[in-house]
Amino acid sequence: MTRYSRRTLLKAGAAFAGVSAIGSPAIVHAQAARIKIGHLVPLTGFLGAIGSYAQLGVKMAAEEINASGGIMGKQIDLMSEDSVNPATASTKAQRMIEQDGAVLLFGEISSASSLTIMQVAERNKKVFFSTGARSDALRGKDCNRYSFHCDIPNTVMVNAVGTALKQKGMVKGKKFVTLTADYIFGHDLLKAAKAFFGANDATLIGDEVIATDVTDFSPYLLKVRQAKPDVVCCNLAGNQVTNLVKQYAEFGFPYPLVGFNLNTGDAWAMGEGNLSGTWPTVWYHTLDNPASKAFVEAFSKKYGKPPENHAWIEYITLKMIAQAITETKSTESDALIAYFEKQTQFDIMKSRKAYFRSWDHQLVQEAYPFTVKAKNEMKDKWDMLVLGEAVPAAGADLESIYPTKTQNPCNMKA
Amino acid sequence: MQFGFLLEQVVNGLVLGGYYLLIALGLSLIFSVGGIVNLAHGAFYALGAYISVEITKYLGFGSAVVLSPVAVAVLGILFERFILRRFYDADPILSLLVTFALAMVTEQAIRIIWGAPPISAAIPQALRGSVFLGDFLFSRYRLLILTVVAAVLLGVWLLLHKTSFGRVVRAGIQRPDMVAALGIRLQPYMTAIVMLGVGMAALGGAFFAPITIVHPAMGAEIITVAFVVVVIGGLGSFWGVVISALLVGVVRGITIHFAPAAGEASIYLLMFLVLMVRPRGLLGERIEKFE
Repeated sequence: MTRYSRRTLLKAGAAFAGVSAIGSPAIVHAQAARIKIGHLVPLTGFLGAIGSYAQLGVKMAAEEINASGGIMGKQIDLMSEDSVNPATASTKAQRMIEQDGAVLLFGEISSASSLTIMQVAERNKKVFFSTGARSDALRGKDCNRYSFHCDIPNTVMVNAVGTALKQKGMVKGKKFVTLTADYIFGHDLLKAAKAFFGANDATLIGDEVIATDVTDFSPYLLKVRQAKPDVVCCNLAGNQVTNLVKQYAEFGFPYPLVGFNLNTGDAWAMGEGNLSGTWPTVWYHTLDNPASKAFVEAFSKKYGKPPENHAWIEYITLKMIAQAITETKSTESDALIAYFEKQTQFDIMKSRKAYFRSWDHQLVQEAYPFTVKAKNEMKDKWDMLVLGEAVPAAGADLESIYPTKTQNPCNMKA
Repeated sequence: MQFGFLLEQVVNGLVLGGYYLLIALGLSLIFSVGGIVNLAHGAFYALGAYISVEITKYLGFGSAVVLSPVAVAVLGILFERFILRRFYDADPILSLLVTFALAMVTEQAIRIIWGAPPISAAIPQALRGSVFLGDFLFSRYRLLILTVVAAVLLGVWLLLHKTSFGRVVRAGIQRPDMVAALGIRLQPYMTAIVMLGVGMAALGGAFFAPITIVHPAMGAEIITVAFVVVVIGGLGSFWGVVISALLVGVVRGITIHFAPAAGEASIYLLMFLVLMVRPRGLLGERIEKFE
């Protein structure tokens, strides 16, 4: 074999470094007339699996916008990176604004990381659309003027599943054990769940707080059996949900497993016959409306699989951002905030239109409870869920399932 | 009743320890014989899981748990022959770098072949559910894993202690120079040890794929626990690793029983305490080349 001397390697390395240094200013120059948008989403860690779907959605939206001539004739320059963890997310958000010239930021799934990006957005007076974080606190006590929230909050997920459970007689007088993700999202969800149990005559007889990187749930499952609940309720996130459901099926407990949080990507990874019970979702690719069908078809054609709910939410968010910039003819934060605070209506591929509520910047939209399809009814491996009726029911006020002004302590400083 | 619950956690911890053992034992053997800290060990575990999920689709679960470790063991031969072999006498930092790089390359390769989202896998219907022994509850599937681990363990012990192959390997751990002086080349033995080690890791991956999420970074997740087990057990000792794996499983179970939030931290605390008292690990031997 050929052996390279250290000197040769050093020379090659130096030459490579030199080329990159000369090359980059030209690239920066060429991009000056573009609109730079920063996108952060976890691609590693316990939310990395669903984050990978988010990235597919956002790439597709950017390509479509650019192919149709960009925004106000300018191409979008999408910078999409792995947010890793709350500290890194914050550092990257700051860098994207300060050094890379991002006019606004969007993305994120982890509520903890989203909170740190929200702070960066406020400090730098740049708009941030938090697409996948569900913690109530983000649009409640931690809300700020520069941050918008696209996904449904924990309270809505609890209401969506809770309504379905009540209809099945699984709440009143029942004993619950909950399993809770040990970070802001899980704690927040537990709080919403407790409020629901309290209001509906259910008792919480046990709660297990579980670290986000746990893969083996057997010790917790033994404790669940020892508590002998009527219903087991999952308040976990990302990979945790997949692992729990797989191992719950492994042990074959008689207590029904339900949950207040689930993403389709987690469900797809669970394996045949493992998932049962009632869960909430914000969007699913079988929703029957023209916009949704067209999106699902284009996405499936491009990637060979249907879009997951994070792919959908990143896609519609970038489209809403593009619409706002086009209509306001501005990338200034104040103009964009004013546009969204007018409660402009957006078609987000659901039967009813959605809008950002002016006082807490929550995207008000339908949600759906779902149960699991029997194997012989599935058209393909993605066709796992049976969506229930949209909540709130048709005709009811969309805001009726969202926390009210008195329940949601959001106080934005002007 | 409280005592019964605790005992249940202890037994469950032993089963979990058995699974840690499948990964840690190979890691320990490769380090002991070749002096290489194999950071790519988790990657072979992940490959074992992915390959077994693929084979399950065509030939069923039974064939998958046999064929997947064999396939990964064959990859192990290539790994030893073309990569590891160049680093036995080199600065240890180089072998750390090269195995770390291999772990990253493998993870990315998995992303390219199978995609970044996790893939789906399930336990065969016949192996689901729990069995009760009195008031004790066991997952049927984990009992199967325990049986397999016990059989593998017995096999490896017999190989190391009752065969001429094992005598050379054990001598090679302590005094490679003497083995060489007797005219025995250690290299083919090392190939066999790497095959065995990565094969066991793949076996762990194949058995855990149906009950944990199968995703590209799964190897990186398991490697930390495996290292903790090896460090607590001590190098060069078969029983040290065995005892350590079981201990780690049990300590985690008991901690979760009393303080669920501290479950994952407990194993690192255990490692800290053990190293304070026994810096070479529980049954670690004094090995000249590492001192």
